[in-house]
Amino acid sequence: MADMITPHIATKGLSRNFGGLIAVNAVDFEVPKGEIRAIIGPNGAGKSTFVGMLCGRIAPSSGEIMFAGQNITAMPAHRRIRLGMAYTFQITSIFARLTLKENVRLATSWRWNGDETAIQHATLAALEQVGLADRMNQIAGDLSYGHQRLLEIAMGISQHPQLLILDEPTQGLADSEIASFVKLIRDLGGDMTILLIEHNMNVVMDTADKITVLNLGSELATGTPQDIRANKAVQAAYLGETHA
Amino acid sequence: MSDSKKSVIFHLGFLGLLFLLQFLLPAYHHGNLARIMVLATYAMGYNILFGYTGLLSLGHAMFFAAGMYGMGLTMTHLGWTAGPAMVAGFLAGVLVSAGIGFLALRTSGVSFMIVTLMFAQAGFLTILYFGEWTRGDEGFVIQQADRVFAGIDLSDPTNRYLAALLLFGLCLMLTIRLMQSRFGHVLIAIRENEERTQMLGYHVHHHKWLAVIASGTMAAVAGAAYALLFGYAGATFASVQYSIFPLLWVLLGGAGTALGPFIGTLFMFYLIDLSSSLTTAYMLIAGVALVLLTLFLPQGLVGEWRRRVMPWLT
Ligand SMILES: Nc1ncnc2c1ncn2[C@@H]1O[C@H](COP(=O)(O)OP(=O)(O)OP(=O)(O)O)[C@@H](O)[C@H]1O
Ligand SMILES: [Mg+2]
Repeated sequence: MADMITPHIATKGLSRNFGGLIAVNAVDFEVPKGEIRAIIGPNGAGKSTFVGMLCGRIAPSSGEIMFAGQNITAMPAHRRIRLGMAYTFQITSIFARLTLKENVRLATSWRWNGDETAIQHATLAALEQVGLADRMNQIAGDLSYGHQRLLEIAMGISQHPQLLILDEPTQGLADSEIASFVKLIRDLGGDMTILLIEHNMNVVMDTADKITVLNLGSELATGTPQDIRANKAVQAAYLGETHA
Repeated sequence: MSDSKKSVIFHLGFLGLLFLLQFLLPAYHHGNLARIMVLATYAMGYNILFGYTGLLSLGHAMFFAAGMYGMGLTMTHLGWTAGPAMVAGFLAGVLVSAGIGFLALRTSGVSFMIVTLMFAQAGFLTILYFGEWTRGDEGFVIQQADRVFAGIDLSDPTNRYLAALLLFGLCLMLTIRLMQSRFGHVLIAIRENEERTQMLGYHVHHHKWLAVIASGTMAAVAGAAYALLFGYAGATFASVQYSIFPLLWVLLGGAGTALGPFIGTLFMFYLIDLSSSLTTAYMLIAGVALVLLTLFLPQGLVGEWRRRVMPWLT
């Protein structure tokens, strides 16, 4: 029963300043296990800073982060990853001079206690899931931008995380690739908790169980896609903003 | 055959070639090659940190000297024989690199270069300061009678060549094993993209520290062997110059290649040897050659070779 109540990932009063700028302002946030949560908001709303604090890349100025019932506010990033988080950067971050296989292998190899067969299996499976298996011996830097994004997602899912954080994963993907991405996320959801920062509203509407809207560092609203679509404050925040 | 197996066989073959060379080389080059193999071992140690992990140290002379003096001082002042004295050199390397690594890794990038440079300078001055024991700049000779290991006289050219080859071969194969292991892959990952490596779940700082220790210890073992095989320890080996040398050798030969350090050391040794027989401005010739090489072969000799011919080389 406890697991039904304890959120999988949660924050309390989470804030981050950059000098005088308040990038994230006292955000209280809760996502239950297995939910797909989209985080949306105008440019500069603080979305990347917020998830950066969840995964340990950015230190909070104040507030707390709980993951699977544990306070992880002060935990270094690599230990959060080993606890079951995976993170993909907004600006693609891969090993450009290594092959796709080596990229994914690095992501997953620590998970399998040195079991070489399991490592190879997880590596190949993740590449297959994003449709890059036939390119596994290519150099990652030679891929198109969209394929590099998919590679980074493959690195994330090869870790079989409990919480997958994706920062604008569909940026630069072709329409057909977006369609298979949506399918992939739906397949993963249910097992995995997924936080999805996304500007493409079709992707958001097709995947998210719930949506959190950030604006000027603060949480503006949280609700089902229908709620958010109908929300006046959200419409106002997006007014004049044409979100592609 | 897997790439890693091919690479191992290639390097074993190369070691076999070095073994055969001793029967063909005239005495002068035979002696040079023994010296080059020991210095190349120093460069291989440097390469673990610089070439594979991507950390540029300007203070490796302190590790080389730690081994050299760990070996030489225990032998000269405590009367230790070659075996235990070599172990002392090895342990001095582990301790110094663990300590310096712990402190210097609080910085990164240019600060790391400067901090390692400063530590090495402090080490150099310490050696001068304790001149009573170290004989400072002048250094001290290690008596021929002491240069005996398991009844083998290491001052004899043939034995010395074989000892140098053994040291070089072991460190070469060790480097290859290390870089083919998961630990080695993480070091390369750190070099390629430190933030991504951290965000994949690796304790980057810890790996860097282990890399400094592996690198510094290999440099120290080379320093100890150098003193033992060539019978001399002196403060010059702790000077800035000897921190710059392995950087140049590795750059020339190919950073992040197992054989690059050897090829770079060999190349530079003979470049200086030849140009100094032609002119007193030999450093100028050497300098120009270095600039040309870095302009036209930016990945170094073995690096280019790997790129064009043998992409599976470690
Ligand atoms: N390292 C930093 N130093 C200074 N200011 C920063 C830093 N990182 C982010 N900011 C600022 O914090 C605010 C929030 O940035 P953040 O990247 O979190 O927004 P975002 O919602 O992800 O925007 P986008 O949709 O453009 O990715 C912005 O005003 C940004 O300029
Ligand atoms: Mg962002």
